[in-house]
Amino acid sequence: MAAMFSQNPIMNGPNYSFNDAPRVNAPEGARQHRFDPYTDNGGSTLAIAGADFAIMAGDTRSTSGYSINSRYSPKVFKIGGTTSDQHDATLVLSVVGFAADGEALKEKLDAICKMYRYRHGKAMSVEACSRKLSMILYQKRFFPYYAYAILGGLDEEGKGAVYSYDPVGSCEREQCRAGGAAASLIMPFLDNQVNFKNQYEPGSGEGHALQERERRPLTRQEVEILVKDAFDGAVERHIEVGDGLQMMVITKEGIEEIYLPLKKD
Amino acid sequence: MDHRPQAWGRPRDDIYGAYDASYLHSNGPKQATQAPIVTGTSVIALKFKDGVVIAADNLASYGSLARFTDVKRLRNFAGTSVIGFGGDVSDMQYLDRHLEDLAIDEAYDTPEPSDATAQGHLNAANLHKYLRNLMYSRRNDFNPLWNQILIAGLDSESKPYLASVDLRGTTFTAPSLATGFGAALATPIMRRYAETDEEASKLSREEAVDVIRECMKVLFYRDARSMDKYSLAVVTKDGVEISETEQLEKQSWAFADRIKGYGTQTV
Repeated sequence: MAAMFSQNPIMNGPNYSFNDAPRVNAPEGARQHRFDPYTDNGGSTLAIAGADFAIMAGDTRSTSGYSINSRYSPKVFKIGGTTSDQHDATLVLSVVGFAADGEALKEKLDAICKMYRYRHGKAMSVEACSRKLSMILYQKRFFPYYAYAILGGLDEEGKGAVYSYDPVGSCEREQCRAGGAAASLIMPFLDNQVNFKNQYEPGSGEGHALQERERRPLTRQEVEILVKDAFDGAVERHIEVGDGLQMMVITKEGIEEIYLPLKKD
Repeated sequence: MDHRPQAWGRPRDDIYGAYDASYLHSNGPKQATQAPIVTGTSVIALKFKDGVVIAADNLASYGSLARFTDVKRLRNFAGTSVIGFGGDVSDMQYLDRHLEDLAIDEAYDTPEPSDATAQGHLNAANLHKYLRNLMYSRRNDFNPLWNQILIAGLDSESKPYLASVDLRGTTFTAPSLATGFGAALATPIMRRYAETDEEASKLSREEAVDVIRECMKVLFYRDARSMDKYSLAVVTKDGVEISETEQLEKQSWAFADRIKGYGTQTV
């Protein structure tokens, strides 16, 4: 089971979803076909928090093995609005991995946020929702939701907040996070471009004397360009990513949805 | 020699060992479907201007044996939607009975089911969500219904609706969908005509039916578990028209001449 959630190719071969043939570890000749309740529907997600906004993004491709199920199958959802059209939602959830679990997780969290709003007469804060999501995931610790979730919103001070999760509910607030099939392609790019990792002041010295480039919050326009570039790169190098890019921009004015085309090959 | 009447005609215990009757006992671990047995192959469907066309052949296979040749795999739901079943046939028949009950309950709750878009009545989008929850909860119990299902009809805004759900509860929608072999063979052909919903909304009914018929032909040429007799249904706001006695026409096997290198043929 551990290998299933690992991104390490040595443990479970390349991370393609058609890698789900029954594993044989029975004695010679003995073979039993068992129902495997999980598959991987590919795709990738990305979230970046800014000073007064957060951007959640995901591609819209859904795959089974080498075939494309659909070119428009969203992974990024508004959560906790008053009605099903989510016009007054303040939170965004992205899920990637096994689509059926992702969908079930989204429906469950949305229902809980709606009940909270009904009982307390106000929207759930991103901190409260992040805790609840961690609980929901951990409650299925021994039959997990095989989905990498990222929750985005604005915190109590109005700053962008991004919480990332693993399938069993480990949770951390971060400046940025990539999830899904191309996470390992996008995350190092983000480390460099959002957190300015491995960037130094030119001519500030050598070795330990080198001064790191000072970190500053990115503007919304910079982040939007960064997200598009990250996905264009991922589409080029990963077969399960492509077709369309869906972006949700969370600001204090509300949530703006942007759709951009990606390569369909 | 055991001469007791209850042992007549039975394998001798001294040679074959005591009969293992454990499978008759109902205690012990529950057996769930571990593999499909009698199966239906592809279902294909395509949206057009004011509805959806869906087709599936009438064959139920037992492994590579063409076992039942008159099995209807398209099902009319409440005169408003069509459901196409791929995968295990017994699970399909179970779902069929279940949906019949659901349709009857629905008919009691909303006495006038003639209008597919009537508020409060189950449309294709509602039905899809219902089947998704059913399939997903069965997979959570490790007792899946071994099917991939296409649901064709109209949504709450009377726009064409086409979606899929499979044995794990995975769902997606697209302008054209196909299950099984069709996903590899028919989808590329259908996408040539309807890559997007916008393109699908420009297709006429006749064009869509022609594309589907062409796809059924391609599937019969290349899918060894398929048959030339099939069912075809068209769903529009006027209701459901199902024909279960379609026959593939204008077949041309001229290409077969050029295929070399299989079986006993050496050159």
